[in-house]
Amino acid sequence: MSEEAAPGALPTAPTSVDGGTPMQRDRATTIFEHSVEGRRAAVLPQCDVPETPLEELIPKRLLREAPAELPEIAEPEIVRHYNRISRRNFDLDTCFYPLGSCTMKHNPRLNEKVAALPGHARLHPAQEPKRAQGALELMWRLSEALSEICGLPHVSLQPSAGSHGELAGLLLTRAYHADRGEERMRVLTPDTAHGTNPASVTMAGYEVVKVATDERGGVDLDDLRSKADERTACLMLTNPNTLGLFDENITEISSIIHEAGGTLYYDGANLNAIMGRSRPGDMGFDIVHVNLHKTFSQPHGGGGPGAGPIAVSERIEPYLPRPQVIRRESANGGPAFDLDFDRPKSIGRLRGFQGNFGVFVRSYAYILSLGGDGLKEASETAVLNANHLLAKLGEGRAGRYAPIAFDRRPMHEFVLSGAPAKKELGVKTLDIAKRLLDYGFHPPTVYFPLLVDEALMIEPTETETRETLDAFTDAVEAILAEAEDDPEVARQAPYTTPVRRLDEVGASRRPVIRQPLG
Amino acid sequence: MADESYPEELRYHPEHDWARTDGDEATFGITWYAQDALGEVVFFEPPDVGSEVSKDKTYAEVESVKAVSDVTSPLSGEITEVNAALTDKPEAINSDPYGEGWLVKVKLSDPSELDTLLDAGAYEKLLSES
Repeated sequence: MSEEAAPGALPTAPTSVDGGTPMQRDRATTIFEHSVEGRRAAVLPQCDVPETPLEELIPKRLLREAPAELPEIAEPEIVRHYNRISRRNFDLDTCFYPLGSCTMKHNPRLNEKVAALPGHARLHPAQEPKRAQGALELMWRLSEALSEICGLPHVSLQPSAGSHGELAGLLLTRAYHADRGEERMRVLTPDTAHGTNPASVTMAGYEVVKVATDERGGVDLDDLRSKADERTACLMLTNPNTLGLFDENITEISSIIHEAGGTLYYDGANLNAIMGRSRPGDMGFDIVHVNLHKTFSQPHGGGGPGAGPIAVSERIEPYLPRPQVIRRESANGGPAFDLDFDRPKSIGRLRGFQGNFGVFVRSYAYILSLGGDGLKEASETAVLNANHLLAKLGEGRAGRYAPIAFDRRPMHEFVLSGAPAKKELGVKTLDIAKRLLDYGFHPPTVYFPLLVDEALMIEPTETETRETLDAFTDAVEAILAEAEDDPEVARQAPYTTPVRRLDEVGASRRPVIRQPLG
Repeated sequence: MADESYPEELRYHPEHDWARTDGDEATFGITWYAQDALGEVVFFEPPDVGSEVSKDKTYAEVESVKAVSDVTSPLSGEITEVNAALTDKPEAINSDPYGEGWLVKVKLSDPSELDTLLDAGAYEKLLSES
């Protein structure tokens, strides 16, 4: 092969380590390891007001006996340290990130600009409602938009994550049944459900009952009928489901659950597939959570500030968390926004203050900038991209070594089974995933859902170009071709990342959770 | 990790569990195929000694770097012993699934259930067809 690759051609990934990349040779350090006693990033000016000793301001029992052991570092070293660390990251801003079920779409920079406006960014969370009218109006309008998208009349923005939304939905379910004098203890979840579903069920004090998947990848209706009864509190479902398949029996499923007296909960993780096309409320769902960091382009925060608003039907509304953002008519006839605490049947507060406001601003900016037609087109393009990628992969070696697990037209994501690659090439899904890193792609979700052997779950999202999708296909093709010649290449991958295979077993069995100082 | 094998003297459950019996006493574990599919095991959650287990029902959990999986009981009975060594050394399930990696010992309530399990040949046939 010549040194200069043709435009658009796939660069050849290295197959050995050869002394390591600069990043591999540079051992990752923590900020504490750079600390030198007495070093400072800033020198504060002389205080120009009389100083009061701390002991006079704070009770002695609350004061530290020794100063906190903070790193002592000059500013340039701080800047370099964090820059270096950021470059070790594999992120959406540098690479294609088709992590199934996570909807890693581009985070528009316009949203950041709007969220950074001082009126948004510097608003104090304890500000009284009458002095935060703009913020409350934004929250009210975001609620209205989510209500329209979900097809359900009422929204609470309080839950701080998808999992928190799930917990809220289950607490609402319990409040609803309790109010009717019923005690139901079972929650049904399909065996393809996201892991958070059974976890939330257990956390809410309910018992998980798994429902089987039929041979078409949907809910097994006979199994559902045999398990839905007077003990059923709720069915939690994602549609399209974790296999990326739209369950065409959804109205039948919903009538089985409603006839049994249970509520129907929609896990909004896959909402990006259906915006403007179908609505959970119309399918018969009572409660929906929305992941603003997936469908509505809020950056995934690595556990940082998030939001998992819920939309609910009329019968669930009385139990929504307190307070609710409301609009009423003001004295001068215009609208006035307020927080309504007068909700006697509410399950109560789910968090302090009103939620992560910056997240609301970004998602509202996203909804406004796309508009109704734009959101619909986003979903359609997400589905088109997934199907393009699936078709392209199927034309090559992936069609033989990693075929689709349930052969039906998927929506926004699809699940391949790497079982033939493992059997015929001796290369596991994990090896393919690791090798993709050398080609500059983040691996898809692997080994999930559990019912697919050697699963690869791929979700490209609508914000990727055809060229990117085709380059990914070429990389998978190259990896499988390589594996036909020498499976060791994939088994030893990656070669180019700052760290190679991580010691996941060691991290799990012997975790090191303390950083020694200095 | 051990090489793939399915000892002749064991009986197998289609959910990838094995039983070694001696009269009405049995030892249970998971097969080579099961530990390979799970990947490296990091934790074994045993049942309580004295608890009842029923054939085809789950009685324990095995956690690997990939997932937490239920373990299915190949036969019915009462737990008489659990493999305490797995607390510190769960990797024995990978390195020696039929020996040091055994999970529980059980006093069988119905030894005739043994007839419903697969022999090594039938189990290997099942694996090759999946």
